[in-house]
Amino acid sequence: MKLGRRRNRPTQAGRARTGKERTLVTPEGIALPVIVAGRGARAGALMIDLIIIVVSMILALIALSQIGGGVAAFGRAATGQDGAGYAMQFLTIVWIIILFLFRNAYFLFFELGPRGATPGKRLTGIRIAARDGGRLTADMVIARNLLRDIELFLPVPLILMAGPESGAAWLAAAGWFAIFMLFPFFNCDVLRAGDVIAGSWVLESPRQKLQAAMTVAPFEGGKTTPKYRFEPAQLDVYGEFEVKALERVLREDRADAIETVYRTIAGKIDRTDGWNDERHFLTDYYKQLRERREAGMRMGRRKADKHSDA
Amino acid sequence: MNALTDNMAIEVAALRSDRFRLEREADWQRLEAIVVRMEKGRMRGISDADLLALPQLYRTVASSLSIARETSLDAATLGYLEALVQRAWFVVYGPRSSLWEWLRAFLGGGWSAAVRGIGLDIAIALTVMIAGVAVGWLLVSHDPQWYFALMSRDMAGARVPGASAEALRGTLFGNDDKNGLSVFAAQLFSNNAQVSILSFALGFALGIPSLLLLVHNLALLGAMGWLYHGQGLLLDFAGWICVHGTTELFAIMLSGAAGLHIGRAIAFPGNRPLLEATALAGRRAALVMTGVVIMLVVAALLEGFARQLVDHTPGRFAIGGFMLLAWCSYFFAFRGNAGPRRKAGQ
Repeated sequence: MKLGRRRNRPTQAGRARTGKERTLVTPEGIALPVIVAGRGARAGALMIDLIIIVVSMILALIALSQIGGGVAAFGRAATGQDGAGYAMQFLTIVWIIILFLFRNAYFLFFELGPRGATPGKRLTGIRIAARDGGRLTADMVIARNLLRDIELFLPVPLILMAGPESGAAWLAAAGWFAIFMLFPFFNCDVLRAGDVIAGSWVLESPRQKLQAAMTVAPFEGGKTTPKYRFEPAQLDVYGEFEVKALERVLREDRADAIETVYRTIAGKIDRTDGWNDERHFLTDYYKQLRERREAGMRMGRRKADKHSDA
Repeated sequence: MNALTDNMAIEVAALRSDRFRLEREADWQRLEAIVVRMEKGRMRGISDADLLALPQLYRTVASSLSIARETSLDAATLGYLEALVQRAWFVVYGPRSSLWEWLRAFLGGGWSAAVRGIGLDIAIALTVMIAGVAVGWLLVSHDPQWYFALMSRDMAGARVPGASAEALRGTLFGNDDKNGLSVFAAQLFSNNAQVSILSFALGFALGIPSLLLLVHNLALLGAMGWLYHGQGLLLDFAGWICVHGTTELFAIMLSGAAGLHIGRAIAFPGNRPLLEATALAGRRAALVMTGVVIMLVVAALLEGFARQLVDHTPGRFAIGGFMLLAWCSYFFAFRGNAGPRRKAGQ
């Protein structure tokens, strides 16, 4: 069993276990571990959203031009130029409004919904939240999306229009674009400029199913006593961290892992009677170990891992 | 699972922490079901009883998590509870579900409170704008070549230095038969909204680009003012601008002030941490900006229709003056009901 040494003090639960873990304190005062969304996931989400926007714009343009063509033909056939002219004007207005809405309202609409995520964010499993643990307000969502204009919608057309051959202008636009695109790389919470302004951040949205309790099933054969009994000294070899590691091994239930873990534990506590019955041996050991550690917790005697004193 | 087998499972469970979990599992799963449905946006599928129970269930599960952290070593349960509490937290403290409710609070005082909140920045922006007009006027009066530095030849059209009074008058009056007014209005709105969003967003660079943008736009106005003054048409030009200008220039001033507000928070965060001060300023400025977009819709309608249809100077002054009065009283005299509550919330 590979049991690395690590700090596991419950009062500091969730404190930087990996580089992306943060602790967020809800208004009820409960510290929740959250994971900041990775830069890759966010770039992917943005790509998906932009593709959706461009495709919908093209669809809208096709639909409008179809309608427009029909109206023009109808206008020539029926009343002459005037009615058709007004209809075309109306369609042009619709098109201008559609463009404006796609550019500005797409992100707003989805991020204000109950999921706090655009379709792209939803697909990559991330969402936005308030950095202070309070309510995510409409003001925040508006603020973070207005900044998208200078981050994305302003420099990209500039770059496309200028082209690399135009030298200085292209360089300036590309530099501008790079500054904002690279902004998330220069702070640990992966904030982009809009997040700084709004007081928001982007987190991974958790999905976890409740797994069956480990000790519900009665001991083998309906007996109320376990087949393997362990002395307190044999149980005190391991701490809370190892309980959780053992739980993971038992839940995954891979024969080779169980074999290895059995050998490590049996060697350490000097028992050989579980041979060829490793899983059962480990299940019994797990139950008794956890019972002992949890009893210790209730008494305020904690043992974080195998290196610490009971 | 019925109650009998539930009870048996609780009896059978060997560990106290697993009994704890089995006793509370039903509540957790009920909360999860509600949260899943809300995340999918199916608010109608949720019964009133569930909706009323949501905050209570959230606190119950949150307290289960606190207890489990101190008494249980079941990593799967702890992980599940942490994820569930976080998801429920997203739902309970998520964005307000009704956009309408937000809009009502916004129009009923939130907007004007935000505008009053950036009063100092508005004063600075106004000063800069007046200075911009003066600069434009003075530059062009010293050397008319400056006119083309401020305004491209395509855009200028007939409005060039040395043009006759008749030609200039033609640009101000007599366009009422022009077709396509509504398209013109929509284009104006889209363009102006983009410019003001830009001027807001540039506040990120300490607000200086916002001010430069204001100076540039207003210098153009000053240059045109000089041009019309030369032919004795200043009053008519003022009326021509006034129809929509009182609304549009007000909106541009607000967006510049909003940008400046953010820039000031970044440069001088005061006693707060930098990120917190920036976020506070950013949210207030975002409210102002939402209002600016609304004002620009009004300005585009006035520019596209009213200016072309009202073809005489006194009428134009009446419309513009009325709009200015309306905006000022809405922002500075109207207190609404969201103002005090918003302040208390901060």
